[in-house]
Amino acid sequence: MHIMEGFLPPAWCLFWFLVSAPFVVYGMYQLRILMREKREALPLLAVAGAFIFVLSSLKLPSVSGSCSHPTGTGLGAVLFGPFITSILGLIVLLYQAVFLAHGGLTTLGANLFSMGIAGPLLAYAVYRGGQKVGLNTYLTVFLAAALADLFTYVVTAAQLALAFPAEAGGFVTSFLAFAGVYAVTQVPLAIIEGAVIALTFKYIIDVRSEILVRLGVLSDAVAARLQGARA
Amino acid sequence: MKYAMELTVLALILLFAGSFVIVLNTGEHEWGGTDGQAGDIINEMTGTEYEPWADPIYEPASGEIESLFFCLQAAIGALVIGFFFGYYYRGRRINT
Repeated sequence: MHIMEGFLPPAWCLFWFLVSAPFVVYGMYQLRILMREKREALPLLAVAGAFIFVLSSLKLPSVSGSCSHPTGTGLGAVLFGPFITSILGLIVLLYQAVFLAHGGLTTLGANLFSMGIAGPLLAYAVYRGGQKVGLNTYLTVFLAAALADLFTYVVTAAQLALAFPAEAGGFVTSFLAFAGVYAVTQVPLAIIEGAVIALTFKYIIDVRSEILVRLGVLSDAVAARLQGARA
Repeated sequence: MKYAMELTVLALILLFAGSFVIVLNTGEHEWGGTDGQAGDIINEMTGTEYEPWADPIYEPASGEIESLFFCLQAAIGALVIGFFFGYYYRGRRINT
């Protein structure tokens, strides 16, 4: 989903930097509160960040005959919300832009918006919505993570289409062309990513469900039920 | 079933790997990254040759070095995940 260095016109680069900045600033603020008041959750924060590291480094071949990588942002979004996750995403994107020439510093704002903000926002909304209507917790995590992955690519396609509308047909034609490249490749990857993150979520419940309750990710009742199902 | 979820995930991964093998044996594919394909579509859509206006400040000197950095990235992540899960599981055993 990374837009390569120099592949967005300067005006759009600036635009996406401005859009992404408030999320990062608010994320920093939330992170400070988290560090002060819920220190016991910090290992989980490291795990969530590490997931983005691992998953976004795996370039997987897909049914379309090309390769792409998952995003791994779903776990962070479910556990800590989209704002803190945007900071985790920023770290990964910086690493890849500086050491791997993958993505880029000029396109950092745009890439951060698609992977670190839009995807996690959707994941968070899906998770909260699913919990509210009483959907199975693991299924909800699966959906949240898989949709975050897919949505990241949808947003990237939209970003490219906005910057490069087709001569004939404008934004829509262009969007479909970009989305076409990503979509087929990404759907199987999103499913795998969702499944792996749901499984990880199960292990977190196994070992530290009380932290999830403290973070407000699970209610007491749900945590007790999931723990009971395990035993 | 205690391991229902593990088995489901395993089945999905096998399915994914199976589909890869099938595609591998049907026709020619480049297995290139989708990120790179975006550049071609930009040219196709706008009808002009797009010139990137900035270059990466550092580019891995070869494919080997690039894969080194990708491996490092994965290794750092895996280390952190393994460490904290180990830490959590150990804590649980002592408490109960």
